[in-house]
Amino acid sequence: MNLALDIFTVSAVSAGAFFFLAGTVGLLRFPDSLTRLHALTKVDNLGLGLVVLGLLPQANGPFSALKLVSIWLLVQLSGAIVTQLIAGVVRQHGSHE
Amino acid sequence: MASFLFGAAGVVLTMVALGLIVILRRPAEVDHMMAAQLLGTGGVTILLLLAAATETPPIVDVALLLALFAAFAAVAFVRSASDRRSEVSKASGG
Repeated sequence: MNLALDIFTVSAVSAGAFFFLAGTVGLLRFPDSLTRLHALTKVDNLGLGLVVLGLLPQANGPFSALKLVSIWLLVQLSGAIVTQLIAGVVRQHGSHE
Repeated sequence: MASFLFGAAGVVLTMVALGLIVILRRPAEVDHMMAAQLLGTGGVTILLLLAAATETPPIVDVALLLALFAAFAAVAFVRSASDRRSEVSKASGG
């Protein structure tokens, strides 16, 4: 049982780290600001989400697991709002602002 | 398990640092803000991994605060950008 949980942690955290790699490569390679924002939100949602999912079996007690999930929800919410705001600035000013 | 989590934290740190270095050399301010957002999310991830690896639960609180401050930083950026725009439109008589 413990081994299965450890395997789950290793695979989910590795997948999350892969999305960090993908997000960074996207941020560096995509041609304009709006597509780079798209890459950034993948890191917010999937990268952090998979890492939190992987850390859940390692949390001691349901309360700290709930705390991990609520941090992820906060990052999701603020990421969604902030991305909309930044995209609005890009639309009004162009990407050189 | 702890050494794997340390390794994962190191990988994420490398990614975020690489992104920051390259992005900060670009001219557009929006890109700088996105690099700061990437640092915010990456920092939260690194802190959560370290909290699990060292079994130090208070680090989770630090991660929570970093997530909050990353959101504040982005809102401050958007506000300063829209303030500059209204100054420009006042100066041009609109």
